[in-house]
Amino acid sequence: MKSEAGTTAPGAVPGAVKSARANRAVRTPGGLSVRLDVRALTVVLLLLLAGLAASVLLIGTGDFPIGAGDVLRTLFGGGDAGQEFIVNELRLPRVLVGLLVGASLGLGGALFQALSRNPLGSPDILGLGQGATAGALVMIVLFSGSAGEVTVGALVGGLATGLAIYLLAWKRGVHGYRLVLVGIGMSAIMTAVNGYLMTKADLVDAARALVWMTGSLSGRDWAQVWPLLALCAVLVPLVLANARGLRMMEMGDDVSYALGVRVERVRLLLMLAAVLLTAAATAAAGPVSFVALTAPQLARRLTRSPGPNLLPSLCMGAALLVAADWISQRVFGADQLPVGVVTGVLGGVYLLWLLVTERKAGRI
Amino acid sequence: MRADGNDNYSSGLNNRRSTVNRLSADNVTLAYDQRVIAEQLSVEIPDNSFTVIVGPNACGKSTLLRALSRMLKPSQGRVLLDGQVIQSMPAKKVARTLGLLPQSSIAPDGITVADLVGRGRYPHQGILRQWSTEDERVVQESMEQTGVAELADRYVDELSGGQRQRVWIAMALAQQTPLLLLDEPTTYLDIQHQIDVLDLCAQLHEEQGRTLVAVLHDLNHAARYATHLIALRDGAVIAEGAPNDIVTAGLVEDVFGLRCQVIDDPETGTPLVVPAARKARTEAKVAATEAS
Repeated sequence: MKSEAGTTAPGAVPGAVKSARANRAVRTPGGLSVRLDVRALTVVLLLLLAGLAASVLLIGTGDFPIGAGDVLRTLFGGGDAGQEFIVNELRLPRVLVGLLVGASLGLGGALFQALSRNPLGSPDILGLGQGATAGALVMIVLFSGSAGEVTVGALVGGLATGLAIYLLAWKRGVHGYRLVLVGIGMSAIMTAVNGYLMTKADLVDAARALVWMTGSLSGRDWAQVWPLLALCAVLVPLVLANARGLRMMEMGDDVSYALGVRVERVRLLLMLAAVLLTAAATAAAGPVSFVALTAPQLARRLTRSPGPNLLPSLCMGAALLVAADWISQRVFGADQLPVGVVTGVLGGVYLLWLLVTERKAGRI
Repeated sequence: MRADGNDNYSSGLNNRRSTVNRLSADNVTLAYDQRVIAEQLSVEIPDNSFTVIVGPNACGKSTLLRALSRMLKPSQGRVLLDGQVIQSMPAKKVARTLGLLPQSSIAPDGITVADLVGRGRYPHQGILRQWSTEDERVVQESMEQTGVAELADRYVDELSGGQRQRVWIAMALAQQTPLLLLDEPTTYLDIQHQIDVLDLCAQLHEEQGRTLVAVLHDLNHAARYATHLIALRDGAVIAEGAPNDIVTAGLVEDVFGLRCQVIDDPETGTPLVVPAARKARTEAKVAATEAS
């Protein structure tokens, strides 16, 4: 395989760099060039396809099953009034929330893991989920708040936890281990707070809290879609624009600094984006377990590429969450099983399976 | 600390302070938080030299290198690159002029040699200029110069220590900087690979006219390869100049506190430091105590 594949490249270099990976450089005569990792791109496309397919199936699933063809027709403006109501008003927003939450968690997790250079540095472990839960529980248990108030509580809890972790872990730059350890400490405190709040709750509130804490997509409507979509529309391009700097930071602060990356600025910006994405996703669907940890790891193993794998992680998160929701409805009936249970089982088993097979193949 | 130390050993180079070199530290005070490593230190890196910084452990040689490569901001004074304060320059512009091979660098999991070397092109790239034919040519050239071209498709984690160090040097070369700073490039390598890396540095210096600055532990390596030597102790320059002019038994005792003989290297004629035998050193110590 040759990476020298610029179709319009003037004068191909003899004996050009050969690479084990099919990196294709697309070049314009004006001197612009974009580097494409063919495998990563294929993974992204396949995951998008999988996510959309699962979405269509998910929309068709429920008390009134609708075939995939009818779902598609309705989405594109055909279909009768009844189908239109069910699809566009009831089920589409739920699926969109699922896609957006999964994408946010996948991207947030990939950012955290890349910044801390540690798979354990993901929001699940760092206590962002617990922080958001604490915020939500305060609203549920102490104020019997509405759904909207619970969302705001969770958002505030998540952001406050993220800020606290950043400030506590800060010591001439955030170092991976320190971040993970501070996060674990934070997570323990928040778990204790949540336990205390649960003992204070009466039975109805406790049941409501428990469903929220497992992460669920049921009853999500357009009101949840818009803020999440707006946030992603701002943050995703911002993050991707800084992806090249993040890629250099994999090699340590000194090397990336020497290469001209403004390390502190990129780190602060990306950390802020990751906290916002995670907190917003958690506020919308509860702390859906394990997506932020597994999605980047799964994506990495599919692309077999070093680097933060931001876009593949994002697509993996979205596909994973919607697929998990479809399975939970399909197998256990509508709204019986919160999606967080399935993502935990599905993501965990898939990751373990990959780790075992890779061990056999001689990789780590 | 001896501020007047220069006068004893230095060669003519110091008298040419007025010459404008590309990289210099001007009266810098270097400190980590409250711990001061060096005060009012001034150093010039002569253009087109292979400068080696030597000195005992904790004398501030790596700290000086960090300051010269803008990793550490001096609490006082300034580091000048092409006449500008280095901190005030755009990060990528500095990275196109001055490269650094730090002591600690992490090869990402599952990265190939060609990919890692390619990352050295970062300061020459932009979001719409990600991989030009020029990038490709330079990466190939850098790999050939360091002798890792045939390893291009191998994973970096599979390589030996010596090969890996060559790959990192290739990455720094791909940055195409006229100035290249190396922090202890021979550490953790066996003697053959140490010489190998130093030969490579000498070749880059001689054949391509790059200005090299390296921190080295081994005084004999420094004396053999350097064209300009800077000896540091306690954060102060004790002597600087060509190894032949400044390396004497007196200097080594002054800087390292080691009694020794300095003879001519039979291979190159450069100074060769031979530590005094243990017995001779103990006797000298006893004599010194009696005298006082």
